[in-house]
Amino acid sequence: MNSFPYLTVLLLIPIGAAAALLFVPGKYKKLIHIVSVVTSVAVFGFSALILDEFKSGVAGYQMTTVHSWFGSLGIQYSLGIDGISLFLVLMTTLLFPIALAGANEKKNTKSFVIWTLLLEAACLGSFLATDLLLFFIFFEATLVPVYFLIVQFGYERRGYAAVKFFVYTFLGSAFLLVGILALAFIHQSQTHVLTFNVTQLANTHLDSMAEVLLFLAFTAAFAVKAPIFPFHSWSPDAYSESPTSGSILLAGVMAKLGSYGVIRFDLGLFPHAVVMLAPLFLTLGAIGIIYGGIVAAKQKNLKRLVAYSSLAHLGFIIMGAFALSNESVSGAVLQMLNHGIYTAALFLLIAMIYRRRGTHLLSGMSGMQKSAPILAAVFILMVMASIGVPGLNGFVGEFLILAGTFITHRWWAVVGVLGVVVAAVYLLWAYQQVFHGPEKGDHIESEPKDLTMKEGMVLAPLVILVILLGVYPKPFLDRITPSVDKLITHVEQKSHVNLPIPAQPTALSVKAFPLVSIGQRVQSITELSGPRPSLLSTGINNSGGDTKSCRNYMWSPPAHQVSLPSISCQVGIS
Amino acid sequence: MLDLVFLIPLLPLAGFAILVLFGRKLGNPLAGWLASTMVLASFGIAIAVFTGLFQRQPDNRSYTQHFFEWLNVGHLHIGVGALVDPLSMTMVAFITGVSALIHFYSIGYMEHDKDFTKFFVYLNLFVFSMLMLVLGDNLLVTFFGWEGVGVCSYFLISFWFERPSAASAGKKAMIYNRIGDGGFLLAIFLVYSRVGSLSYTYIFSHLNRISPTDMTAVGLLLFLAAAGKSAQTPLFPWLADAMEGPTPVSALIHAATMVTAGVYLMCRINPILHLTPDAAHVVAWVGAATAFLGATSACAQQDIKKILAYSTVSQLGFMFMAVGVGAYVAAIFLMLTHAFYKALLFLGAGSVIHAMDDEQDVKKMGGLAKVMPITAVTFAVAWLSIAGVPPFSGFWSKGDVLQNSWALSPGLWAIGAFSALLTAYYMGREFSLVFLGESRWKGQNTTAKSHELHPHDPRFVMKFPLVVLAFAAAFAGFLNLPFHPDFVFLEKWLNPVVGASLLNHNFSIGAEWAFALVDAAIAIVGASVAWSLWKSRSDRENLEPGLLQKAWGLDNAIDRLFAKTSERLAVLLAGSVDLKVIDGAVNLIGKLTVSSGKIFRKVQTGYVRMYALFFTAASIAVLAYLMTRVAS
Repeated sequence: MNSFPYLTVLLLIPIGAAAALLFVPGKYKKLIHIVSVVTSVAVFGFSALILDEFKSGVAGYQMTTVHSWFGSLGIQYSLGIDGISLFLVLMTTLLFPIALAGANEKKNTKSFVIWTLLLEAACLGSFLATDLLLFFIFFEATLVPVYFLIVQFGYERRGYAAVKFFVYTFLGSAFLLVGILALAFIHQSQTHVLTFNVTQLANTHLDSMAEVLLFLAFTAAFAVKAPIFPFHSWSPDAYSESPTSGSILLAGVMAKLGSYGVIRFDLGLFPHAVVMLAPLFLTLGAIGIIYGGIVAAKQKNLKRLVAYSSLAHLGFIIMGAFALSNESVSGAVLQMLNHGIYTAALFLLIAMIYRRRGTHLLSGMSGMQKSAPILAAVFILMVMASIGVPGLNGFVGEFLILAGTFITHRWWAVVGVLGVVVAAVYLLWAYQQVFHGPEKGDHIESEPKDLTMKEGMVLAPLVILVILLGVYPKPFLDRITPSVDKLITHVEQKSHVNLPIPAQPTALSVKAFPLVSIGQRVQSITELSGPRPSLLSTGINNSGGDTKSCRNYMWSPPAHQVSLPSISCQVGIS
Repeated sequence: MLDLVFLIPLLPLAGFAILVLFGRKLGNPLAGWLASTMVLASFGIAIAVFTGLFQRQPDNRSYTQHFFEWLNVGHLHIGVGALVDPLSMTMVAFITGVSALIHFYSIGYMEHDKDFTKFFVYLNLFVFSMLMLVLGDNLLVTFFGWEGVGVCSYFLISFWFERPSAASAGKKAMIYNRIGDGGFLLAIFLVYSRVGSLSYTYIFSHLNRISPTDMTAVGLLLFLAAAGKSAQTPLFPWLADAMEGPTPVSALIHAATMVTAGVYLMCRINPILHLTPDAAHVVAWVGAATAFLGATSACAQQDIKKILAYSTVSQLGFMFMAVGVGAYVAAIFLMLTHAFYKALLFLGAGSVIHAMDDEQDVKKMGGLAKVMPITAVTFAVAWLSIAGVPPFSGFWSKGDVLQNSWALSPGLWAIGAFSALLTAYYMGREFSLVFLGESRWKGQNTTAKSHELHPHDPRFVMKFPLVVLAFAAAFAGFLNLPFHPDFVFLEKWLNPVVGASLLNHNFSIGAEWAFALVDAAIAIVGASVAWSLWKSRSDRENLEPGLLQKAWGLDNAIDRLFAKTSERLAVLLAGSVDLKVIDGAVNLIGKLTVSSGKIFRKVQTGYVRMYALFFTAASIAVLAYLMTRVAS
């Protein structure tokens, strides 16, 4: 146990800075801006310390802090970090200084900076909270700063976009609150302890119907936030009307609140419902991948194009989460980080193009590679990362997601692979329109042609990460996988479903033909001729040991499970 | 010496890194010399490793060098490493050798280009990717190289990005390749889910874990990948468009190396193809179809490079035909000789284009042999090689393929033999139109430039690679001579890798002589017909039907079928569905709320303090409710 409250300090730095800046007169714009950048860099530095302190290979929460908050209500101020949240925290602390440094808000800097710092605290809190109500408070608290960022600093249709964003996500959150309360009450009825602690609530016994309803209530909020198709229509408006920093933070960080919620809370609390409804959400993910790609191809505005491309990438993450294999969920967690990096870079680059051309419209630019070759080179690097070229970060996540999905849900993975092809079409088409062809001369004279030193410095960390994560993802994944493995085991145990795994390279002998069927789903096994593996009939992994090989993907509660006391769902408790 | 293998890809990578960081300072021509030296050094190391491998006993010629662990997730363990065996080292040797020559040639060819340095940045990155592709010890490293060469090909085709046609051609190549890559990915997933590993040696020793159906699926999915990369029917239209790139690129990527990656992949997975004859037969017949379509299309082209492009398509078809019938040695043999003579043809074409001030229409050339003797002689050597005139290299390698295809089906042989006849013809046509007859360029300014043309042989740095390649193209046939079992060097060398799956079909001595005579006759007839028809005339429109000029209309058909349809789908989804249905529903709910009362109208005005108020009020209400419950 760590005595030093790392995570609390991490939250307090941006809040403290925001509070201090309240007392600085708004006319010192430069000072305020510098203070904010320095603060957010300090937060990043501190999070690097947390990364250093983080023990690789440990599955559970680390650096935990627990304080009773509203004792009688069971609400705790409890924070913790594990492999699933670690890199989301680091991504958050990295993208905020970049968003602040890359921002160019000349008017009302003070309000911009304060809202941004508060948003950082709220995002970090959401990733760190291990108490559901605490999570909810942070989750909701992200809305207000973003609303103000869009309304005060956005483009032409900012009012419409901001209201749409706020109402839409707020509506989703209402379901989440109801779900949280209901879950806590059910838990209380069983144990006579009112708590919102995630780990304790994960042991609640839920009957099928209640679990599905609660799952849907939670997922409503996450599906809007991510967004998952078809709840995405706020995002193109919000992304394109936001100021650059807003777009970076919305797509890079806040979208991950949704997918993080799915992995942390849906998988952790409602494994049974997740397994049951997995085909539905895999399908929504797959539709998002293809649909996002096709719609992106027709966008005339670069920011809207990236918004739809984000829908496609979030589709991959959702697919990975619901495919429920170690590979796919690890891939989904890593892909959240990857997507944050290249999407942030793309929005930054689009802002740099806007600075030079004064437009976001594809038709307003052409041949920029001639006057801005370095800008073009960084842009194409990010495009390649985002379409999943091996050696860059996007590939690692997509590969793991698809490989893992293929094991458990083969045909959805096939659709996902189609999405990989589609991604090349719309992104290369966009690149061609902006950078290739004869140069059109709408360059704004007062602005530099190619990247400036400052712009290069803002982009450099992202460029380095894109390559590092692509070439050598092992150290990242080594910290992610223990927590994911634990989560998958938890899902298997609680849902009594054995998830398919691939054939094991080492533990098994080689000669016997039945090994062919390891890792296959029942349907495909029945297609095979030859001796059937006897393992199949048991349906669950009750043998233990190292040959965890019987992987029947069927709904068959084992005999001992039937004798469990059935628990009725009581949402209102008297 | 084998442990030096890591240097082979590392040197071009170092060249790439240096040029990215300091290329502008090095400038023209130093950047080009640096890049070329790196590849030449890599060739030197490759020869050393090759020798080291050669000194081992034949059954011990496999060596794996592990570089680093890439990831460990769940049950998936992937490392990055190199597999040194006769197949990979054969590939490495000719890739680095031909690449080095083309690098040197490019120093001359690109000397006036403003993006001289960038050209070599891409070229070095390409060589690195290509080497990773062939050296990779598992499917994923191969896939890394596979995508890497695709990306470099994209960069280099659209190198002159200001031309919209070049930009579109690059994108087209990338998308066609991506379709194949999808197949590659699915094959990886299928193999992983069945075998639990991606390492070649592990997969091949555990093939019994893969059911026959899945085996066929793996074979066909990897062939889809190969078809995309190696321009097989119906995925070949991109290769003709790829000629938009600078000519050294066409020589290196779209003739000698990258497009043969598909053939390499098929040879690498020969144990899989061996177990799935169905997939192998698909490969053979698609290859034959491609050989025929490519050869016929090449007969009607007017662009000096497009003739060569369709010729490459056709020759790759021959290689796949060999793979499909199980004649892996013949496939590699043809790949090697093709790399020499096709690279030579492209470089020769590049010299001509240079000399003609960027004119590419063969109808506007003619009589160049007198003013460009070295180019003409080397080009003639390449022509006779590809035509299959004995004793040039193509005679031996193509003869090997045709003879083996007979073993599967005489029909396959017939298609191949007819395509071979056309090969001799269309190359003869090109040679005659470019180098023989009257000059059709004197006195007129071929392009908008005002000065008169004085075509001449290129400078030494470009001439030297032509001569080296001409020697290789002439004599490479001696790598695998059929006369005596001692002379089949290539077959004995590759035996440890492909021996077990090799087609075993022994022809009698008489039959072998008969095949050889027919091959020689085909080559000589094709070449002489072309010579007599085209040596002094350039207008024979009846021999250039429009259908063949458009390469059987395949490009248009694909365009109409897929591009237009998906365009319409995209318009529908982006316009109607997304904006009207999905977003429409959301806005409708909003509007209903607005019109349902004044209170809600206030909500829509967007004062956030209203929301904050509502939120706080609701939360307080809930908490109050909770407290009463808990208290009671």
